[in-house]
Amino acid sequence: MKFTEEHEWLESDGDMVKVGITEYAAEQLGDIVFIELPDVGTSVTKGQEIVVIESVKAASDILAPLDGEITEINNAIVDDPSMVNNDPTGEAWFFKMSLKNQGELDGLMSEDEYKKHIE
Amino acid sequence: MIELKKTALYDLHRSLGAKAIPFAGYEMPVNYPLGIMKEHLHCRKSAGLFDVSHMGQLVISSNTQSMQLIASELEKLLPIDVLGLSEDRQRYGFLPNKEGGIIDDLMISNRGDHYFVVINASRKEIDFKYLRENISKEIDVDFIKTRALIAIQGPQSEKILSNLIGELSSLKYLDVKNFLYKGEILWVSRSGYTGQDGFEISLPNSLCELFCKNILNQDGIEPIGLGARDTLRLECGLCLYGQDLNETITPIEAGLKWAIQKVRRAGGEREGGFVGQKKILKQIDEQPYFKREAFFPDGKAPLRSGTKLFSDDKGKNEIGMITSGGYSPSLERPISMGYLNHNKFNVDEPIFGEVRNKFFSVTLTKLPFVPTSFKRN
Repeated sequence: MKFTEEHEWLESDGDMVKVGITEYAAEQLGDIVFIELPDVGTSVTKGQEIVVIESVKAASDILAPLDGEITEINNAIVDDPSMVNNDPTGEAWFFKMSLKNQGELDGLMSEDEYKKHIE
Repeated sequence: MIELKKTALYDLHRSLGAKAIPFAGYEMPVNYPLGIMKEHLHCRKSAGLFDVSHMGQLVISSNTQSMQLIASELEKLLPIDVLGLSEDRQRYGFLPNKEGGIIDDLMISNRGDHYFVVINASRKEIDFKYLRENISKEIDVDFIKTRALIAIQGPQSEKILSNLIGELSSLKYLDVKNFLYKGEILWVSRSGYTGQDGFEISLPNSLCELFCKNILNQDGIEPIGLGARDTLRLECGLCLYGQDLNETITPIEAGLKWAIQKVRRAGGEREGGFVGQKKILKQIDEQPYFKREAFFPDGKAPLRSGTKLFSDDKGKNEIGMITSGGYSPSLERPISMGYLNHNKFNVDEPIFGEVRNKFFSVTLTKLPFVPTSFKRN
């Protein structure tokens, strides 16, 4: 698993990467009540706001972690946003994407680096 | 950066694991480890303890003037029945400006030899200056900075509080009474801002932490942060100053006509005679076209404060704005309140809120979203 400074995790899944938010991010957001995911087939560039996530408290965005295209979305978290608070790194993944440059994944933080980042 | 003020419960909040936010110049807990949703539901079901010490506490009294005279003086600034407020009773009110807009909303109690007033944190300095400049110099307006203010709210609050200070069943909604705890006097009112039965307690800063620790040692009570305080008041349709109320919105537009007793309205014994009377009395008579309303967003997306409302999904005909909105933990759906300009649309037309350049349909509904449960009898 790789991590971004924006508190997303990325995990290789065949030719794709699966993307979600970290436990730390889920805890910081609090009780999540609404999620809007991008359409499958959307081309995204790194840093683009592609997911809207609303907690009881406030709205926030999730940014595209890298350049690529959305290939699958997890509608289960749209139906039940509380899944993200309960299992952020498992069942409650957000979307899968194909990367423009596969190599960029290696440039992201390791788990140890991410842990240091949030300390 | 301006240093944030701390309440008497600052250390307790930290030890309870509160997440802190700046609010009206204070560092305040937005939630505790339980989280907003569970805190909210716990308060509805059982009881919650809130630190509201950031709010302003004023004592209005006089060495030379009678309470009746002070009341008459206050009635020049407040469009409510102050003279008829009995000893040890509390009442909701507001300070209108000359145009009928609201300088602040407040709670006022008659304490026999003085009036006790609780005002919003963000308006403390403004209110104090306004009152001082507009009330006879024979009357003292004093800021009480030596006392904290806490609220205990929810169906179990009477039982929990009575374990510490004694029998409370004789106290009804908006009754006020002094109680003794460890030799200090507590000013207790049966009121609050969650729409539920509950109490607000003004007590010496020095006693506050011990008192709250002993309250939290009881079964069935959890500390509740400002996050859940906001969702609790919103469900019951209670206004938040700075969002739902401001200096350009009148109490009638805000749906607060009920707080202006008949005796102060046209035809009443003490009709008018208050700042802003022209606009306010006219609106009582004529019904304003600009009014606070309640909305159910049709989808799952919460429509929050600042969301513009349109009668079309293209953003052409703007008809109003959401002033408070979010997720209702009790109803498990988004709820919003805001203002509609009824001159600009017909009630049978659809309404859309614009969020992130998208248009979400909403349905007009009635306040409150969740019924209140005060102990009136």
